[in-house]
Amino acid sequence: MKTRWGRLMAAGLALGLGTAGAALPGRAAETTLRVAMTAGDIPDVTGQPDQGFEGYRFVGYSIYDALLKWDLTKSDVEASLKPGLATKWYVDPADTKRWIFELRPDVKFHDGCPFNADTVVWNVQRLTDNTVPQFVAKQFAAMRTRTVNIDRAEKIDDLKVAIVMKEPDSLFYIQMSFWMMVSKCQFEKAGGDNAKYALMPSGTGPYKFDKFVPRERLELVKNADYWDKPRIPKHDRLVLIPMPEATTRAAALLAGQVDFIEAPSPDTVPRLKQAGMNVLTNAYPHNWAYQPNFVDGPFKDKRVRQAANYALNRADMKEMLGGFMIEGFATVPPNSAWYGNPKKYEYDTKKATALLKEAGCYPCEVTFAISTSGSGQMQPLPMNELVKAQLEEAGFKVKLEVMDWNALLDVTFKGREKFPQYHAVNVSRATQDPFSGIFRFAMKSQNAPAGGNWGWYYNAEIEDLIKKIYTTFDETERNKMIIKVHEIMNEDAAMIWVAHDVNPRALSPKLKGFVQAQSWFQDLTPIVVNDKTN
Amino acid sequence: MWLYVARRILYAVPIALGVTVFCFALVYLAPGNPLQLLLPPDASAEVVELIKKTYGFDKPIPVQYATWLGRALTGDLGVSIATNRPVIGEVLGALSNTIILSLSAVMLAFSLAFTLGVVAAYFNGRWVDRTVTGFSIVGVSVPNYWLGMVLIIVFAVNMNWLPATGMGTKGSESFSLFDWEQLKHAILPVVTMSMIPLGIIMRTTRSAVAEVLNHDFVQTLRAKGLGEGAVVRHAVRNALPSVLAVMGLQFGYLMGGSILVETIFTWPGTGFLLNKAILTRDIPVLQGTILVLALIFVATNLVVDLVQTAVDPRIKRA
Repeated sequence: MKTRWGRLMAAGLALGLGTAGAALPGRAAETTLRVAMTAGDIPDVTGQPDQGFEGYRFVGYSIYDALLKWDLTKSDVEASLKPGLATKWYVDPADTKRWIFELRPDVKFHDGCPFNADTVVWNVQRLTDNTVPQFVAKQFAAMRTRTVNIDRAEKIDDLKVAIVMKEPDSLFYIQMSFWMMVSKCQFEKAGGDNAKYALMPSGTGPYKFDKFVPRERLELVKNADYWDKPRIPKHDRLVLIPMPEATTRAAALLAGQVDFIEAPSPDTVPRLKQAGMNVLTNAYPHNWAYQPNFVDGPFKDKRVRQAANYALNRADMKEMLGGFMIEGFATVPPNSAWYGNPKKYEYDTKKATALLKEAGCYPCEVTFAISTSGSGQMQPLPMNELVKAQLEEAGFKVKLEVMDWNALLDVTFKGREKFPQYHAVNVSRATQDPFSGIFRFAMKSQNAPAGGNWGWYYNAEIEDLIKKIYTTFDETERNKMIIKVHEIMNEDAAMIWVAHDVNPRALSPKLKGFVQAQSWFQDLTPIVVNDKTN
Repeated sequence: MWLYVARRILYAVPIALGVTVFCFALVYLAPGNPLQLLLPPDASAEVVELIKKTYGFDKPIPVQYATWLGRALTGDLGVSIATNRPVIGEVLGALSNTIILSLSAVMLAFSLAFTLGVVAAYFNGRWVDRTVTGFSIVGVSVPNYWLGMVLIIVFAVNMNWLPATGMGTKGSESFSLFDWEQLKHAILPVVTMSMIPLGIIMRTTRSAVAEVLNHDFVQTLRAKGLGEGAVVRHAVRNALPSVLAVMGLQFGYLMGGSILVETIFTWPGTGFLLNKAILTRDIPVLQGTILVLALIFVATNLVVDLVQTAVDPRIKRA
């Protein structure tokens, strides 16, 4: 005991007297890309990642592949889907409930097992059938909105699979881009135990699992045998470090401890630029808006919703955020294929006031449920304060009910019926696909708590259009109808639109080759790490 | 003595039990829902029920508490909702990292504060005393998250002497304070965490030693011709129990109150774990961490009491 205390005392004194040291030693023989994520922990490595789309971005799409993948090679257009582990996909002409996927030949998992139709069927069962041994409840729950329409998966031959729907679903193929294909062999080697599999995960992706220290770091190494040759990583090792505090991430980059950071806060950007870091931004499918309550309170009147949209000076908001946003006038950003020509609610306080007076709600008292932080929430407190000031200038009287992210999710999840005191909720959304980005806020079947339509918005024309969309397999025709839905929602002022994030990232000058795609996902494989530049 | 020890341990049991009930209730009274971490916003009632059942949230709260406590007594704190890893492993892994920080911070604080406090007491009222007292006020008053940021900016970013975050490339699995590469990662968080205990221990030492030095018996010792060094040793011995008590409490506070420092430095200890568990409503991890920290706090108090008694047997009689 005495000796231990003595040692600890010595350590304490050594710390007190501790002086300079050099930066972390690099691995001489290999190049390493070190990424500071905003996540508080390392995302799940066993297939479907958690931690939102950050989990997909850094872990899911690094270790695994899906049947379809996002084309992340361009920065000037919104990312679209392209062949992944499936080379072709189409609806069975004889039965529109059957989606056929033709699989890529000669693909092997990191453990050496072949990828084939059996693996796909096994993976589909893993997240849809709670009677099979490979079933994982947590991932089943997380994927349920994407899998709810699946009846079963059928092997046609070794390289062809049919996924049979309960109802025709023209948009189903998009869901397969979120479905990580796990190695059946490796899972069985782990004795069918998901916790054991987490220590030896195996996919077909560009990186192989190497090691992980809980809460601290996940280390992946280059898969030199990756089937997608142009995407074989240009660095040897990828280290993913959870670092939830924005200032800490910036400090770690400045101190040379990491090379790539997510979401630096706007106030650290000038310092990062001054130090030679590359700060990159780009449009992506994101929507920072309020979902109004269409049943209780003033927003059930379309004029009041429109007034709120006219009252917002989005240019001021952009200035406050140091330019890190795109002004939001609609659900999807202007670069989206589904944008169309929506009504643009340009800043006009007089018009807003007139609409409020016409609606007989002046001053118009409203209460918003907002959060202090959260996935995609940008800078929620100052942004909400500015929105409040701008709305009050036009004749609103706004009360902000501030809660933590989880509490706001609870309000959003349960819907307006449970929380009629709120006239709108401020939850950011991804608009990656038409259902997640648009439909779920408009469909009656999605009225919360059954789905994402928090305020119970309803428009009969939209209901009809969405039904047609799901049975229209011609993409051009379908897109026309999706655009129509988007435009009707705007005319109805189905949301109070404020901003689309541009998702800033900061990169050390020693990194070359990164292309920031217009997507929630990014491809790290082309990044070249030049350690001599440091 | 053994009877006293047994009595103190028995006192600690209901306190620990009370803490578990309080923490359990507190977690459930907070808004939000732990299942939201696992569920998509559009999850159906069927999925919600399945997940509730999987994680045992379908049972009444008193039953959940009893089950949890029963398992906890056997060392099973359940499974993390977020990571699916056993909570006991998560907490113990993080705990060892926090002990490294807290113990080092208290040792550093104690070694400096005790020396300076004795010097200040000896030179009571003179400039040395005023300087040390002023420094202790700064130590107590400065918010540690602010100090941490300043240290990072100065020593990590501007001077590039020390790392800003983490525990080093080897990670916590092989962490050693005697490995210079890893020690460097601990320096800034330890210095940050030591500042408040430094101020408090310094003030306590100064006032305790000064009070003893004013006693009549000290004058008697001096009158008998005892050297100043021996006089101070006598004073220090008499002041030690109260300083030890404060040191023990500070260790307890640091163990439970390191959330901000560990988050700023991305130090994977219990503070970082708690922060993550609070944000994600990972109730099993939250409960397990609070339980372990509360037990450590109770145990620390127990040890301090026993050490105090060993140093000064009058306490037992009191």
